[in-house]
Amino acid sequence: MDQLNHTTVWFVIFAMAIGSFLIRFSFLGIIGDRQMPEWVLRHLRYTPVAVLPGLVAPLVLWPAATEGSPDPARLGAALVTLAVGYFSKNVLAAILSGAATLYGLLFLLG
Amino acid sequence: MTASNPKRHFLRGTRDALPFLLVIIPFAALFGVVATEAGLNVAEVMGFSILVIAGAAQFTAVQLMTENAPTVIVILTALAVNLRMAMYSASLTPYLGSAPIWQRGLVAYLMVDQAYALSQIKFEIERELTVPERFAYYVGTVAPLAPFWYGASYLGAVAGAQVPPEFALDFALPITFLAMIAPALRTMAHVASALTSVVLALLMAWMPYGSGLLVAAIGAMIVGAQVELYMERRAA
Repeated sequence: MDQLNHTTVWFVIFAMAIGSFLIRFSFLGIIGDRQMPEWVLRHLRYTPVAVLPGLVAPLVLWPAATEGSPDPARLGAALVTLAVGYFSKNVLAAILSGAATLYGLLFLLG
Repeated sequence: MTASNPKRHFLRGTRDALPFLLVIIPFAALFGVVATEAGLNVAEVMGFSILVIAGAAQFTAVQLMTENAPTVIVILTALAVNLRMAMYSASLTPYLGSAPIWQRGLVAYLMVDQAYALSQIKFEIERELTVPERFAYYVGTVAPLAPFWYGASYLGAVAGAQVPPEFALDFALPITFLAMIAPALRTMAHVASALTSVVLALLMAWMPYGSGLLVAAIGAMIVGAQVELYMERRAA
């Protein structure tokens, strides 16, 4: 790779800092305490479950670490994390059992 | 208990967020390592982690810079990765919109997936929380995460050691997000919304700059809302 231009790097950092803040502040800043209609609120309630599964799905099915081919260790770890989290409602238990499954399967399947 | 007690909620937020340290620390260290290898100096690594404070977007920007992508493309693509935060902002507005402007500014700066998901789910279940209590809980969730995000980025940048691929750190992020989402699948509507998100995101994965995720998210919100309405009508 060529030498990075440090002025450019700082330009990118500041542009991303301002842009990210404006994206995050957007609705909180503009709408504030004005009441939103009930149908909008009904949709917004589903934001976490609407965004995060879609963000994760390609990473689970097509991991970059295996050049995009499905990997049994990662699939297994994802399923265990989901199952433990769903039944125990315990985030820490879900993370730990997911990590244990991942390392266990990676070790076993070499 | 009638007295508002923000301090107690701050501590609850901190306690709820502690498990994420297991993931935040290696992920931030990895950013420090990767960015340093790409040719960034320590100040620039810290500039990213402190000013931008958005893991996925930071990785995207560094990756594109090493590929010598045009600067405008680097910025726009990395910001597109962060566009989901506009949805987070909208969905926190009913709960925190009446907080003072400086508090909303702080909420915006500190908006990371983990803090957002914990808080939104908490606010939805515990409707009786006051705005100061909600703000305290939210800041409480970030309180343990942000310092370690900065600190581990720094250590990764100065240590600069290669993380062996056997550690499979690429999968730290998916495991955290799944662990956050699973307990939130409380109703048929939440499950339907999550399934829609997965299917649409995979179908739309060809769309440029991660825009497929936004399409998937909007589709999934519509499905969640419709299933909720359907269940309400059936119960009535």
